[in-house]
Amino acid sequence: MAHIDIIGHQLADTLKKYKADYIELHLEESQSSHISYRGQKLESVNKGTSVGGNVRALVNGGWGFVSFNNLGNLPKRVESAVNQAKLVSSENIKLGDIEPFVDTVSAGIDNNPVLIPLSEKKEFLDGYNEIIWGTQGIQTSTINYGDGQKKSIFFNTAGSYIEQERMDVTLRLTAIATDGNEVQQVGLSIGSRGDITAIQSLDDKVREMSVRVVEMLSAPQVKGGRYTVVLDPVLAGVFVHEAFGHLSEADFVYENQQMTELMTLGKEFGRPELNILDSGSVPRLRGSYKYDDEGTPATKTYLIREGKLTGRLHSRETAAKMNEKPTGNARAINYRFPPIVRMSNTYIEPGATSFKDMISDIKDGIYVKNWFGGTTSMEMFTFSAGETYMIRNGKIEETMRPVVLTGNVFETLMNIDAIGNDLDMNQGGGCGKGGQSPLPVSNGSPHIRIQNCLIGGN
Amino acid sequence: MERILNEAKKVAEEAEVFCITSETTPVQFEANRLKHVQSKQSTNVALRIIKDGRMGYATSTNLKESRKIVDSAVETAEFGMKAEFEFPSLDSYPEVVTYDPAIRRVSTDEMTKLGEKMISSVREKTPELQCEASISKGTVSVRLINSRGGQADYRKSVFSLGVEGQLIRGTDMLFVGEGQSSCHPINDISGVTEIVHQQLEFSRNNTSIKTGELPVIFTPRGVASALAQPLMAGLNGKLVLEGSSPLTNKLGDKSFDNNFSIFDDPTIDFQPGSRPCDDEGTASQRTPLIESGVVANFLYDLQTAALAGKKSTGNGERHGSLPSPSVSAFVVSAGKTTFNDMVADIREGLVVEFLMGAGQGNTLGGDFSGNVLLGYRIENGKIVGRVKDTMVAGNVYKVLNRVAAIGSETVWVGGMIQTPPIYFSSVSVSSK
Repeated sequence: MAHIDIIGHQLADTLKKYKADYIELHLEESQSSHISYRGQKLESVNKGTSVGGNVRALVNGGWGFVSFNNLGNLPKRVESAVNQAKLVSSENIKLGDIEPFVDTVSAGIDNNPVLIPLSEKKEFLDGYNEIIWGTQGIQTSTINYGDGQKKSIFFNTAGSYIEQERMDVTLRLTAIATDGNEVQQVGLSIGSRGDITAIQSLDDKVREMSVRVVEMLSAPQVKGGRYTVVLDPVLAGVFVHEAFGHLSEADFVYENQQMTELMTLGKEFGRPELNILDSGSVPRLRGSYKYDDEGTPATKTYLIREGKLTGRLHSRETAAKMNEKPTGNARAINYRFPPIVRMSNTYIEPGATSFKDMISDIKDGIYVKNWFGGTTSMEMFTFSAGETYMIRNGKIEETMRPVVLTGNVFETLMNIDAIGNDLDMNQGGGCGKGGQSPLPVSNGSPHIRIQNCLIGGN
Repeated sequence: MERILNEAKKVAEEAEVFCITSETTPVQFEANRLKHVQSKQSTNVALRIIKDGRMGYATSTNLKESRKIVDSAVETAEFGMKAEFEFPSLDSYPEVVTYDPAIRRVSTDEMTKLGEKMISSVREKTPELQCEASISKGTVSVRLINSRGGQADYRKSVFSLGVEGQLIRGTDMLFVGEGQSSCHPINDISGVTEIVHQQLEFSRNNTSIKTGELPVIFTPRGVASALAQPLMAGLNGKLVLEGSSPLTNKLGDKSFDNNFSIFDDPTIDFQPGSRPCDDEGTASQRTPLIESGVVANFLYDLQTAALAGKKSTGNGERHGSLPSPSVSAFVVSAGKTTFNDMVADIREGLVVEFLMGAGQGNTLGGDFSGNVLLGYRIENGKIVGRVKDTMVAGNVYKVLNRVAAIGSETVWVGGMIQTPPIYFSSVSVSSK
C-alpha cells in the first residue's frame, strides 16, 4: 500500500514551484465495515478500504480540481489542476486569511470501531432484531450498521500540514408493519463519533418503535392545513438545519446581490428568545472537527442571536468576498469532492419553557417527534416527522399517521413562540448538498412550538 | 482482476470480481460565470465470494491489494447470507450501444461555450436571473469475471448538461432549471433552455390556490419528483418478497388505471441508464412492470429471484454494496392527450413541476407529500401564475386509479426516467 504520509511530505516541499496563487492537496486512507439485515436475516456484510486524494488549485480567480484513486505520478496531477484553473481564470478571487497550521489530530477514540470483531457487532444487532421481531404484527425490518476510520492529510502552499483522523459509527433501524393493504414504517437513527457504546443500549427505544409502527396502521390521517405544532428536540433539530442552517451557508449568498441584501446582518428573523448556533468546536459530536478541509480551525458561530441575523457560515473564499472572517465550515465528504460551505453541529439554544407549559394551553394542535427527512430551497423547506400525535386541551392524545410539514423561512422562524429548556443533540443524521451526501453533522434543539405551521394531508 | 479471482478461488467455492473505473470532467458555472474545471478519476473493485455456502464481500480502490481484499471477503463470509444462486456463466450479451467515441473529442473549451450559451439564453428575457450551470463528460468502464467462466466487459460514455436559475424579488425566491444527459455529446442546448423559458413564462406572476381536492397535472419533472420513488419501491422484488410492498400478492391484478403502463428498459441505445448486462452479469432485458394497469412483473437480482422462485430480470445493481434489485431506466408509456389539452380541460387546478421533499414520507406505503417548489395555478383552462406555500399529498396506489389522462409527449428526466405528464382528477392540495 502506498503510504500517504511519505507521499505527502515529499510533495509538500515541491508545491511552491508551480505557478499558481494557491494549491492545496488532500490525501486520504479509510477503512469501513457495513452490516445490514433485512427481515430476520443478516443480509450482507461488507468490508472496504479506500485510498485517494485530490489537488485544488487557484490561478487568477479560477479553480481547478483533480481527484484520483491512483496515487502514481502526483506531480502530473498537480500540474493538471493548475492548467485547469488557468482555463477558468476570470476575476480575482481572494481567500480569507488563515495562519498556517502544522498539527496532528487523533480521533480521540481508543477502540477503533472498524477493528471490533464482526461477531461482536452482530451480537448486539441480533439483539435489536429479536426485539423488533418479538413484537406482534411486524411484517419486516431493516437494520443498517456502518462504521469507518479515516486518516486525512491536508497541506497547502501557505505551509499548512495537518493530519487528522476521525471515526464514525451509524445505525439505522426500521420496523415495517402491514395489514395487507397499507404499509407503515418507523425508523430510528443513532450515530456517534466512533464510540460504539453509544449505539449498544437501545433496547427500550427499539421496543417502543416496534410497538408504534403496528399502532400506526390503524391511526387516522391528519387533515391538511395550518396547525399549532410542537416539535420534539430531534425533529426541531432537523427543522433548524433545514429551515435556517442552509440559508446561513454563505455560498448561497456571497455572489448574489439580492440574497446579500436579504441576508443583511441585523435582520430580524425571529422573536428575541430565538438563538441559533453552529459549532464544529463542541467536542465529540458527529459534526465536530478541529480543522475544516481548508485547514481553518472550527469555530462557534451565532447565526441568530436574540432573533436577529448575526453571522453565517464561511469558507475562505466566501469570507473574503463578504469581508467577514472564515468560520471553518468548508467541508468535503471525501477526496472525490472539493470542500464547500457546510454546517457542523447546528442547534437552537435552550430557553425557559417546560414541555408541560408549552402544550398546556393548546386546545387543538399537533405534537411531532423524530425525523424521517428534510430538505430546503432556502425560502421554503419541508421536514417530515417520524411520529405524530394530536394535542387536545393541553394533553397529548391519539396517534396519527406521520406528517410532512412545510414552512417559509421568513414567516416560520417568527412563528416560534415557545422554546423549551431541554436541549438534546441528534447524532443520527447526514446532510446532503451539491451531490455530497451524507456528511456527518449533528443538530439539536429543545422542544419548540410553532404557530400556523402548514401540514400536508388528505 | 484475474489475480484476485484466482486467489479467491483457492479459499472459496465460487468468486466474482467486479471492477468499475471512470473518468469525468465537469465544468461548472456559478453566478453566471465559469468557476471550476474538474477532472475525476476513480477505480472501485468488489469481490464477492461464496464460501461454505455463504456470501462474503469486500471492496477496495486498489486492484493490487488482492490479498487484503480476499482476506476481508473471507472474514465477512462467516456471517454472510446463504447464497441461493449460481453466478451466470454467460460471456456474450445482447448488443446495447452505450459508447460514443465522439465524446472524447469534446474539448473543455467547447463545454465552456455550451455553458455560456445556456446561461445567456435563459437570461435573455430575464436578465436578473442568476444562474448555475454544469456540463460534464465522462467515460465508464465496467468489467466482471466469475469462477464459472462468466465475463462481461463494456464501456459507457455519458454527457450531461444542466442549468438552474434563481430569481429573488424581496423575500420571494423562484427556482427554475432543467438538465439532460446522453451517451452522445449534446450540442443542442434548446432541449434544456426551452423548458426553462417556459418555467419562467408560467411563473411571471405569483398567485394562490385554495385548499381542497383539486385536479392536478404532474409534468414529467413532477412525476419524477413525486411519483417515481414510491412506484420504484413497490415494484422492487425484494420488498415484494418480504411483504413490505403494497403490491405483494397483486401480481396479475389490475391495480392501476387502464392506460397506465411502465417498463424497465436498459436496452435503449445511447441512454445513460442502459447497459448490456447488470452488475452481476445477467443479460439486460426490457421488463414490463405495469401493463395497462395490471401488475406484470417485479424487478429481481440473482439472490432475490432465487429466494422468490423467479428468474433474475437483470436488475442486480450495486450502489457500493452487494447487488440488489434496482431500476435501470423507468419508462412510462405515452397516452393520447397533449399537455395543452389537459390544461384546457381544467376549470380550477394545479400543475406540479417540482414537488420538494416528496420522498421523505412513507414512500414504502406509496405516500408522497411535499411542498410545491415549482407549480402553477390553472384557471378556466389557462395557466395564470405560480403557486407557493402549498403542499400536495397523496398515495400513488390511490391517485393512479384516478387518472384523467396520460400525456402524449414523453421526455427523459435526468436520464433515468422517461415519462409523459399525468393528469389526475383529484389530489389533495393544502395552502395557507
